[in-house]
Amino acid sequence: MIITFNNRLEEVPDGPVTVNDLIKFKNFTFKMLVTKVNGELVKKDQRDEVYVKEGDKVDILHLISGG
Amino acid sequence: MNWDQIKQHIAGFKIGIAGCGGLGSNAAVALARVGVKRFVLADFDVVEPSNLNRQYYFSKQIGQKKVHALRDNLLQIYQDISLELHDKMLHFEDIVPVFGDCDLMLEAFDKAEAKQMLTEAMMCFMPDKVLIIGNGMAGVGSFDAIKQLRWSENVYVCGDQITEISADQPPLAPRVGIVSNMQANLALELLLKMKPKKE
Repeated sequence: MIITFNNRLEEVPDGPVTVNDLIKFKNFTFKMLVTKVNGELVKKDQRDEVYVKEGDKVDILHLISGG
Repeated sequence: MNWDQIKQHIAGFKIGIAGCGGLGSNAAVALARVGVKRFVLADFDVVEPSNLNRQYYFSKQIGQKKVHALRDNLLQIYQDISLELHDKMLHFEDIVPVFGDCDLMLEAFDKAEAKQMLTEAMMCFMPDKVLIIGNGMAGVGSFDAIKQLRWSENVYVCGDQITEISADQPPLAPRVGIVSNMQANLALELLLKMKPKKE
């Protein structure tokens, strides 16, 4: 299915796909992430419960140590 | 806007600084210099010798709590700044009690876990408040890689988004200074678009 991932159209495995599945598929190496689906925050403990559908807009911000 | 108008516009706002290390200390100094008069500072740490390569502290302050040392340094710039100090490690449930009445927040922690926690807490409980995150500023060079972006309605990110601190890529004054001042610059820009508050 096609979704908008970090403002780009991307092909990802067909559903049902959770936010965590998507994180694994995208091979994110940074562990500290903030995730949104269609503009709504998906908290880190909700990522196994929230599903991503065709056409959804998913945004992932990875946070990096340093300051 | 001239300098007097800028000072007058921002004097009533209260700014939250979550973490008083390289990002927080330098951003607070920049905002204090341009006229922010009310701060909430939070940090649990003390000033260490290794901090002096980037943080706005002095060798005589080694061993002092960062919130106390930063208060003293801000008050040396202007004496009429009011500060609320929170000498503690912040958890998810602390964010609203500590920063709930701030008009704008700067994320200035060093650990990615803390940055994540604050961002989720702000988006959950204070979605109408602006949060400016510092993300990725270790090492040397790569000035062009440092950017600011608007990640969400009220969540902005400053940094290169990629360089994590490590032994070979330490956080150092120039790049940390650039990102902290980028946060302060964006904070000032956004404050000037908000309706001014009474002092």
